[in-house]
Amino acid sequence: MNLTLRVWRQKSPREAGRLVTYQARDIIPDMSFLEMLDVVNEGLILKGEDPIAFDHDCREGICGMCSLVINGVPHGHQSGTTVCQLHMRHFHDGQTITIEPWRARPFPVLKDLIIDRSAFDRIIQAGGFTSVNAGGAPDANAIPIPKEEAELAMDAAACIGCGACVAACKNASAMLFVGAKVSQFLHLPQGHPEREARVRNMVAAMDREGFGNCTNTYECEAVCPKNISVRVIAELNRELRRAAFRPPPAKRAVGAG
Amino acid sequence: MELASQVPSGPLTQKWDKHIAELKLVNPANKRKFRIIVVGSGLAGASAAASLAELGYNVDCLCYQDSPRRAHSIAAQGGINAAKNYQNDGDSVFRLFMDTLKGGDFRAREANVYRLAQVSNNIIDQCVAQGVPFAREYGGQLANRSFGGALVSRTFYARGQTGQQLLLGAYSSLSRQIALGKVRMFTRTEMLDLVLVDGVARGIVTRNLVTGEIVSFAGDAVVLATGGYGNLYFLSTMAAGANVSAVYRAYKRGALFANPCFVQIHPTCIPVSGEHQSKLTLMSESLRNDGRIWVPKKAGDKRASAQIPEDERDYYLERKYPTYGNLAPRDISSRAAKEVCDEGRGVGEFGRGVYLDFAESIGRLGAATIAERYGNLFEMYEKITGEDPYKVPMRIYPAVHYTMGGLWVDYNLMSNIPGLHVIGEANFSDHGANRLGASALMQGLADGYFIIPYTIGHYLAGAKPAKVTTDRPEFKAAEAEVRERLKRLLSLRGKRTVTSFHRELGHIMWEYCGMGRNDAGLKQALEKIPPLREEFWRNAIVPGVNEDLNTALEKAGRVADYLEFAELLCHDALTRTESCGSHFREESQTPEGEAQRDDEHFSHVSRWEFTGVGQRPNLHPEPLVFETVQPAVRSYK
Repeated sequence: MNLTLRVWRQKSPREAGRLVTYQARDIIPDMSFLEMLDVVNEGLILKGEDPIAFDHDCREGICGMCSLVINGVPHGHQSGTTVCQLHMRHFHDGQTITIEPWRARPFPVLKDLIIDRSAFDRIIQAGGFTSVNAGGAPDANAIPIPKEEAELAMDAAACIGCGACVAACKNASAMLFVGAKVSQFLHLPQGHPEREARVRNMVAAMDREGFGNCTNTYECEAVCPKNISVRVIAELNRELRRAAFRPPPAKRAVGAG
Repeated sequence: MELASQVPSGPLTQKWDKHIAELKLVNPANKRKFRIIVVGSGLAGASAAASLAELGYNVDCLCYQDSPRRAHSIAAQGGINAAKNYQNDGDSVFRLFMDTLKGGDFRAREANVYRLAQVSNNIIDQCVAQGVPFAREYGGQLANRSFGGALVSRTFYARGQTGQQLLLGAYSSLSRQIALGKVRMFTRTEMLDLVLVDGVARGIVTRNLVTGEIVSFAGDAVVLATGGYGNLYFLSTMAAGANVSAVYRAYKRGALFANPCFVQIHPTCIPVSGEHQSKLTLMSESLRNDGRIWVPKKAGDKRASAQIPEDERDYYLERKYPTYGNLAPRDISSRAAKEVCDEGRGVGEFGRGVYLDFAESIGRLGAATIAERYGNLFEMYEKITGEDPYKVPMRIYPAVHYTMGGLWVDYNLMSNIPGLHVIGEANFSDHGANRLGASALMQGLADGYFIIPYTIGHYLAGAKPAKVTTDRPEFKAAEAEVRERLKRLLSLRGKRTVTSFHRELGHIMWEYCGMGRNDAGLKQALEKIPPLREEFWRNAIVPGVNEDLNTALEKAGRVADYLEFAELLCHDALTRTESCGSHFREESQTPEGEAQRDDEHFSHVSRWEFTGVGQRPNLHPEPLVFETVQPAVRSYK
């Protein structure tokens, strides 16, 4: 099949970007979307042109690195799918495809279709963990966890941190991402000692990075490649409200030792 | 070259405990005076960086991805082993040790493998404490399933995303240390050289993948956790960016490379669909718990699977290996699949595939149960192939999946270069030939959480490294070499893309140094590689400049390293005239076509010393000592 691609090209964060048109020829329906771009890039390199820069790594739909907006939809129109697992059999011969990067102020474009998602890492650093050192953990079966709860935790933990939720949201809200991490720990006893601090700190970090708030349009859930439910946003809001009614954390005592 | 493995004396079951008791310690107040460089942020790298920072060391951690959470450990699906015996089916540390050593065809160090089995239980405890959502039974206890090569149920899992959940556990611990200021994290940063000062590893040279800036890091010890080199074969299940460069540059600086030809072939990958393909996708081995593997009895039978009646199907694994059946280990299953395809009984368009059929288990358990167990894998399969595995059998074929060779390390996980430690898939340790499913995750985390934190302290307390900074001449010289190589790559304005060289090299390697190898083929490969390398430096195209985010330049550097490294693999394979695990030397087989090991001549680790590009490297074997277990014929019949 032959396709017309309109691709966002942007040399650097400082320079303005624009859509450039390319022809993708002899594309096989079994190719993944990224393999189709590989073919286009091979052609560009042979012509001595700069290949289209895009992020990708595992190409198995789990690392969360690929990040293309295809015809206006993050990861393309196939639901529950990352770009690397989107195959060309879902497009048709002669189609025009527009390819853009995630667009959100906290995710600046580095080059072409590559964006900087380090804001997500900083949100996790604010509290997306349990404070436990290696060694000395009790036997794993010492604390039973009901299967239903473990499954709810796992549903949330499936988030791959790709940022499609932000890209799809008119407010560039990261609440699906933050909610997923909060929900994971909410449903596991291991997360409880830091329950209030976690939600407060993560939401504060999210605000600091410039992500917007949720207005319940559910676009995030619709594009999430791991089908994370907006349930986690409800849980996030509930946790935040609950934390507001708890006394703020005591100032950390300075150790005597 | 006399290099000790540093395996402690004493009974096998007490070696590690005895060793811990004897290791030198660093005073807690002094730990903060040391800086440790950890390259890579996968299971091994992230767990090591976090654990070392928790102890008080200052850590610099680097990864080439945009976030440490994306390391390829994330793609491991099936599970992680531990000898908990929660199922009361007779599992024990000793049994896990035995299965692993046997699975590795007795080409691993006994003491290392025992230690791995010993700490496996702590890993599960640690991960649960971190909030890893492992699958649970209704009573709230952890669930287990079984994997190839084992007759007990010891594999812990989190749906089909075990690697992801374990990695996110390590990543969250790492994130906590980043926030505390104990770890400085450098993303989109690639290691391009190792810096030695007075023969001791003291730092690395890196390229910032966004700006092209060449930056050196100095430290008191270097830990490489850079994963495997499977992408040498062009098609593998590795992440696109996974590469050999960091360990290969260390090898060029004098680190010994051990067992490079030990490449694990995984039996359950989705078959190749065409020349365009950039990678192979693995279907979890756990599928073999409920899937039955078969091909038509008749060669060239092109009927659809449903049209082939039961008595015209050959369930060849169940037939040949009745005890283990579809759960036969990876190498045996892989080779059996290749054999039936070579006989012309393969299925699918190119005849390079076998059926993995769930019809019977769906009939027995219902589609809902199968969906609960493997739902996400079935969806993934459907996305890639366009076929619904609930209705038609999956097609699978073996692919390069994991590399068991790597930089040589002693029992303390230190290479022959003092201060250079190597962990996880990047080292050769623990697994030898063809390790079993669900033990790679175990090794990465064992090294990172429970071994390197002890042994690196011992090194630092003993070596007492003096302070060095990056303005020393050794750093400047290494930086100049890195710049020169980048300049040379960027000057290539030939007629062939780097990818086309990579693909051609991959074909040579798969053909001559893949699942089956023979003397003539390996010699051919050694003749074909040097001209290809020479053509690369004459005829490749590398567009762009260094001072930019230049994905083509990154790729070119990695392929240039593969073109040198490939010869090392072939030399190693040529020397090893025995079959061992999936490293099937065609001249060395039993009358029934099974792998024939040669313990008399090859009960050793092949350590290779760099002697120059295109030169035959020098071999320094490390004899393997078996004090407790006598290597036996590996039978899964």
